[in-house]
Amino acid sequence: MNFIVFLKMVPDVIEELKIAGDGKSLDSDWLRMKLNECDEHAVEEAIILKEKTGGKVTVIALDAMELDDALFSALAKGADKAVKITGNLQNIHSPAVAEIYAKYLKDNCLIDNKTLILSGSQAIDDIEGEMIYFLAELLNLPVYGVVTSVSYNSDKNDLTIMKEFSGGIRGEFEVEIPSVLGIQAAENPPRYIPIAKIRAIMKTSTIEEIEIPEDGLTEKIAIDKLFESEVSGRAEMLEGSPEEISAKLIEIFTVKGII
Amino acid sequence: MAKCIMVLVEHFQGTVVDITYEMLGAGRKIAESLDVPLTAVVFGKDVNKCLSALGAADSVVLIEDERLEMPGIRIIAEILKSVFEQKEASIMLMGGTNITAGIGPSLACKLKVPFLNFCKNISVEGGTVTVTSQLFGGKILSNVNLTNDKCIISVYPGSFQNEAGKAAKIPPVEEFAVPAIEFEPTFKRYIEPEAGDVDITKESVLISVGRGIENSDNISLADDLVSVLGGAVAASRPVIDQGWLPLSRQVGKSGMIVKPKLYFALGISGAPEHVEGMKDSELIVAVNKDAAAPIFNVAHYGICADLQDIVPVLVENLKNKN
Repeated sequence: MNFIVFLKMVPDVIEELKIAGDGKSLDSDWLRMKLNECDEHAVEEAIILKEKTGGKVTVIALDAMELDDALFSALAKGADKAVKITGNLQNIHSPAVAEIYAKYLKDNCLIDNKTLILSGSQAIDDIEGEMIYFLAELLNLPVYGVVTSVSYNSDKNDLTIMKEFSGGIRGEFEVEIPSVLGIQAAENPPRYIPIAKIRAIMKTSTIEEIEIPEDGLTEKIAIDKLFESEVSGRAEMLEGSPEEISAKLIEIFTVKGII
Repeated sequence: MAKCIMVLVEHFQGTVVDITYEMLGAGRKIAESLDVPLTAVVFGKDVNKCLSALGAADSVVLIEDERLEMPGIRIIAEILKSVFEQKEASIMLMGGTNITAGIGPSLACKLKVPFLNFCKNISVEGGTVTVTSQLFGGKILSNVNLTNDKCIISVYPGSFQNEAGKAAKIPPVEEFAVPAIEFEPTFKRYIEPEAGDVDITKESVLISVGRGIENSDNISLADDLVSVLGGAVAASRPVIDQGWLPLSRQVGKSGMIVKPKLYFALGISGAPEHVEGMKDSELIVAVNKDAAAPIFNVAHYGICADLQDIVPVLVENLKNKN
């Protein structure tokens, strides 16, 4: 099996996010980027499947700050090949990203009945929707999102997958190959790789780079402005030493009849 | 000129989901501002029983078929494309939930119209529709003015009042024949959650831990609070995905919707998917090191500090009080 995993770097929201001078984008000076969390699970799921069924894992991403670290980390975890697509890729969203990926897959004849495409089910900056669904449309392949379990049935060359709904209820589906899966959570938490192993991979492996032309991408929306989340319902902040805060909390709990 | 605003009715296991009423309420306002009717679209197997819930719409398009119990995303999108085009709709609202996930992008791609995600608000001024979306885990909002008169919009649950979308009547219903599309059912069965040791929806106190708990050993801090306040330990998604607590403890979009008397959030950032599951708790107290964490927009009381400094002192003082 060939497992192709599309990755995306997103701003780490644990850091402060500042809006840039144009009022329409984030100030990149303040950004720390990290691999989209669901994508990390998609890499893990692909490697788990490879370990069970054999095959090859290829990770592919559009160039972004700190992307190389994420790609080398995927290689260290067990991916076989990493591809970085470069070009003028500022502020493009899922429909355009899917066009780039669909073209890459078609140009390289990468879709056959031994190919499974994976990516994170969603990302925090998917303003124009989740990439996997656009990609599936462009490739005319079945697509399933919010997936939390995948198993390969070798006798039928298909998959049994589990998709989350709500309230802990999941649905089981039988899915043909090739198809596109949006992974919400891998079967196991993403494996930990020591920095030393990532450094070693950096010395022995390379990231394949492909440059794409700058024009011809579909842009459907334009952000008019970004602004910080309203603070209308803002919490009353309790300040002071841990002792003082503790005393205030006990008072609140008492008034509310909790203790 | 477009002829209607559409709402995709969301139902699950035979019940109309709350977000449907939010969308009908929001759709009603847009439709009135643009002076066009509001059409509810309902598809599935045995969906007749949903009709009585759709009184806020001016009309209903009913697509009922045995094979539509849980068809693939792209099959649904193909059917909705026919409806959207035949009815000359301009905007279609759908739920930003796991049930509907993916239908919007697939439909937008087929129709070659824009799709907007995470919608928190929609306003119409001078005929221009502005969609406000919530991005980056709830930290940033964006405004997009629609320049195309057509758009598919995914609405974040809890963004609009659901009362405005409720009305006790059945609007005129038009049955829509399923276009001749060949498809094989791929859905096999539902899997109900395994009964956990506790049912977090029934606890009056929940001590809930998030990524800020840092490692599984620190869950004992939450256990200590439970030992003095009662209740149970719950968690946000990252903690469950790490395998530190069972799925039965998950609060949020994919997990449980809880409304305890006290929801004590420890190291939870307050991503929209989590807030969806706990925002109606009677008293929400949050401890987080990040002063800009969105959890402080939903909490009643906030403490910007390291939970490891606060929790042990509080536990000690509560013990002494007892």
